[in-house]
Amino acid sequence: MATLTRTDVPAAPSRLRSLFGALGLLRESPVAMIGAAIVLAWVIVALIAPLLPLHDPNQAIAPFKFPGAVGPKGDVFWLGTDHKGRDVLSRLIWGSQRVLVWATLATAVAYVVGMLMGVVAGYRGGWWDEAISFVANVLLSFPVMVLYLVIISRLGSSGANIVLAVTFASAPGIMRIVRGLVLDLKTRDYVHAAQTRGESSWYIMLVELLPNARGPLIVDACLRLGYTTITIATLGFLGLGLPPPDPDWGQMIAEAVPVGVFAAHAMVVPALAVSSLVLGFNLLADGLREISLKD
Amino acid sequence: MAEPVQPILECEDLSISYLTRQGEIPAVVDFNLRVMPGEAVGLVGESGCGKSTVALAIMRYLGRNGRIAKGAIRFMGRDMAGMSEEELRQLRGSKIAMVYQEPMASLNPSLTIGRQLVEVPLYHEKVSQAEARQRAVRMLAAVKLPDPQRIMAAYPHQISGGQQQRVVIAMALLSNPSLLILDEPTTALDVTVEAGIVELIKEISARFGTSMLYISHNLGLIQETCDRITVMYSGEAAEVGSVREVFERMRHPYTRGLFSSIPLPGADKNTRPLVPIPGQLPLPHERPKGCWFGPRCAFFVEAKCGHGRVAMETVDPLTGHAARCRRWDEIDWEAAKPPVRAAEPAPLGPVVVEVDRLKKYYELGSVSLLGLVRGRTVRTVKANEQLDFAAREAETVAIVGESGCGKSTFAKVVMGLETATDGEIRLNGTDIAKLPVQDRPPETIRTLQMVFQNPFDTLNPSHTVGGQIARVVRRFGGESDPARIRERVFELLDLVKLPRAFYWRRPRQLSGGQKQRVGIARAFAGAPKVVVADEPVSALDVSVQAAVTQLLTEIQREKRTTLLFISHDLSLVRYLADRVVVMYLGQIMEQGTTDEVFNPPYHPYTEALLSAVPIADTRIRKKHIVLEGEIPSALRPPPGCPFQTRCHRKLGKICETEPPPRREFAPGHTILCHIAPEKLAAMDPVIVAAPEARHAAE
Repeated sequence: MATLTRTDVPAAPSRLRSLFGALGLLRESPVAMIGAAIVLAWVIVALIAPLLPLHDPNQAIAPFKFPGAVGPKGDVFWLGTDHKGRDVLSRLIWGSQRVLVWATLATAVAYVVGMLMGVVAGYRGGWWDEAISFVANVLLSFPVMVLYLVIISRLGSSGANIVLAVTFASAPGIMRIVRGLVLDLKTRDYVHAAQTRGESSWYIMLVELLPNARGPLIVDACLRLGYTTITIATLGFLGLGLPPPDPDWGQMIAEAVPVGVFAAHAMVVPALAVSSLVLGFNLLADGLREISLKD
Repeated sequence: MAEPVQPILECEDLSISYLTRQGEIPAVVDFNLRVMPGEAVGLVGESGCGKSTVALAIMRYLGRNGRIAKGAIRFMGRDMAGMSEEELRQLRGSKIAMVYQEPMASLNPSLTIGRQLVEVPLYHEKVSQAEARQRAVRMLAAVKLPDPQRIMAAYPHQISGGQQQRVVIAMALLSNPSLLILDEPTTALDVTVEAGIVELIKEISARFGTSMLYISHNLGLIQETCDRITVMYSGEAAEVGSVREVFERMRHPYTRGLFSSIPLPGADKNTRPLVPIPGQLPLPHERPKGCWFGPRCAFFVEAKCGHGRVAMETVDPLTGHAARCRRWDEIDWEAAKPPVRAAEPAPLGPVVVEVDRLKKYYELGSVSLLGLVRGRTVRTVKANEQLDFAAREAETVAIVGESGCGKSTFAKVVMGLETATDGEIRLNGTDIAKLPVQDRPPETIRTLQMVFQNPFDTLNPSHTVGGQIARVVRRFGGESDPARIRERVFELLDLVKLPRAFYWRRPRQLSGGQKQRVGIARAFAGAPKVVVADEPVSALDVSVQAAVTQLLTEIQREKRTTLLFISHDLSLVRYLADRVVVMYLGQIMEQGTTDEVFNPPYHPYTEALLSAVPIADTRIRKKHIVLEGEIPSALRPPPGCPFQTRCHRKLGKICETEPPPRREFAPGHTILCHIAPEKLAAMDPVIVAAPEARHAAE
């Protein structure tokens, strides 16, 4: 042992390299790779949307064009146009930006709320646990769709209300996972060590406990992003989602259904988009779980 | 060596590999083993040396990614590689039986013990239900379980750990196997219970003539149970021979290293300290060229040991003693005894911690319906009852006892994770017994720190080693400048002899011993006056145990810290402690200086504990005491003397009715017992060095 001791000051390893090391683990699961590729493709499309030579998504140009048809100015509608004459490709891409932003935001807010509830219930126990678990059980016993309808029909449709609705529906589930993990983690010696040096409860909950719950939570977050994508699409379909006229996948499907006979593509394309993104999230979650079990 | 008897089990040039992310890992290489009829062979080595892999390979339970790469395993002359799944199933459980470390994992919790036992003869010998039952009951009696009929009807969780292990052994013996494989069968048990199981194992080999393969990390247990021994190192056999031969005339530096790192009687932290084996077990894909033990060996000579695979060399053809060392006949084994580095015992300072009539009761609200009907029935667990002792500056006070004796509860009360029911703990004169840690002043918290037991739990896996030590420095060291804090952390890493680069490591990149060192660095970061160490080395391998123990004593000596050392390991306690407190069911049975406690007069419990500890020294004679029964539950402590249910020196009625008096035999040496002082004083010592050894020592 003594031979290993050196007194020179070594350099800190780079953080970037450890990040790439973590991403490299993805390669161990083909399923995770496929999922990550699908999700990443949508993220890239959403990010570069402003740079693409697209039509204005809300501009009526020529109705009922089939995919590949040529427009009045000699430009091509790769995915056709809808009944109002708007470019489907353009609406799809701008819509991806919208769904990704709101799904991520809604899931993130649900996570913050759910994790706080879970970690407090798990760590404090006793009265706190009873109260928080009771609230969670009440929320969980509500049919999710009714919950959404109540919130959005009361408060009107807006992005903020979607976040609110998703948080109400998801936070109790997240709370249960976190609570279970924390109940196990809080018996570890490093938690006792923190307690015996007089750390505050918040420090123990946020610094000592939560980071160690991250494994199962990352998997769950991927699944939940998929669910939230479906939720946003469903709300859009029911006319309760993000307010028109900006493109929204669920709304696109809803608008295209009555004229489906004439322009099936306007209905099928956004439906495929929703499915592919959800599939991507689910495959990624499955793959991550597989990788985490390997160790 | 007269006529050729066929061995029961033979492993020939056995190599076993695992397929993992890093490629194929050769876990066991060119391993030879022979178990003759009626013979007990011990397989010793540290964790990761491949001993359990060998056992699993014999049972052919290697799992999906394991395979036998080379060599053969022959059971009664038949090569097991050629057997079908069906033949193997017939063999396992009937001809070969295995007993694992965790008895609870071997028993099905949802079936009664009777059902599980009866299955064995029913399945393997197709006997009638009635006969199977009869045999099961007979076997339970043979493994010395009280009231076999009741045990038959019980579910596994209704009996104690020691009884469970006896049931597992009974199950293994029911089919009358030719070979019994025991994989650390007593590691999860308390010493007094372990002594009973060891006794049983010895009896089995004598009575049934069963051949045994006994796998253990504990050399003392091997000495008590086995005829021959194979010492494994890094997947290969390092030394083979009869137990007596290997223990007295070891011819491999690794074996010798093992023996110098265990606290045998005679070792002492001041005059004859333990000598740890430097370095670490190499990972299978990082084994060095030449001798695999080379980098850690004091006798390594590059020209001789640094190239080629080292072969097994015969030391004594008569006894079959062989060692995998090219220099075994060059090394002067007697002269090259580890250097004796005498150090003055640290002078003790004033009293720092004083425990005064400390009581800790837990109240359990009854959850049964009956309890609800009757109103609040509360049952009390008396975890600590009347603890009285003191610890001085630079002193090591060991608190010894088996599980459930209340030693860990005491640690929690001291640390403020629990509050006392009654009594006082005075730290430099201030009572802290009823102050939970949140209410203690920062100075008190800084003064009192803890080293934890489980190396895998002691560090937060999400944060770097440096970050975790730095946090303590920031809280207690009064530093706020990041550069200065980092400098302090580097110094602390130097203190525990870890490279400074470990600052950025994550706990998962560290070995168990290294993690424990970080745990020590963290405990000492705030310059505490008192450190509570709760079994700090019990989860470590012996060679690492020695190094960590050594480190702890060095730091303690330097910083003049008071160490409250909580342990169940009496050998280690004798080596390390200045004073010893022996606890049983929440009470102090005996306390005194280490010499006083380890020599007569003894409390009968201390006497039994001492006799139960396996000692890896053939020259030591021990008094033979095996306690009856199990440790009673703290929920229903027996009336009178807490030890009366198991005491081998019980006087009679008085022990059952009256609490025993606490008698003082010397200033500070007290014993809680009814037995007359002169009778206690007239006891023989439990551990005696045999005459020839005494001559050798002088």
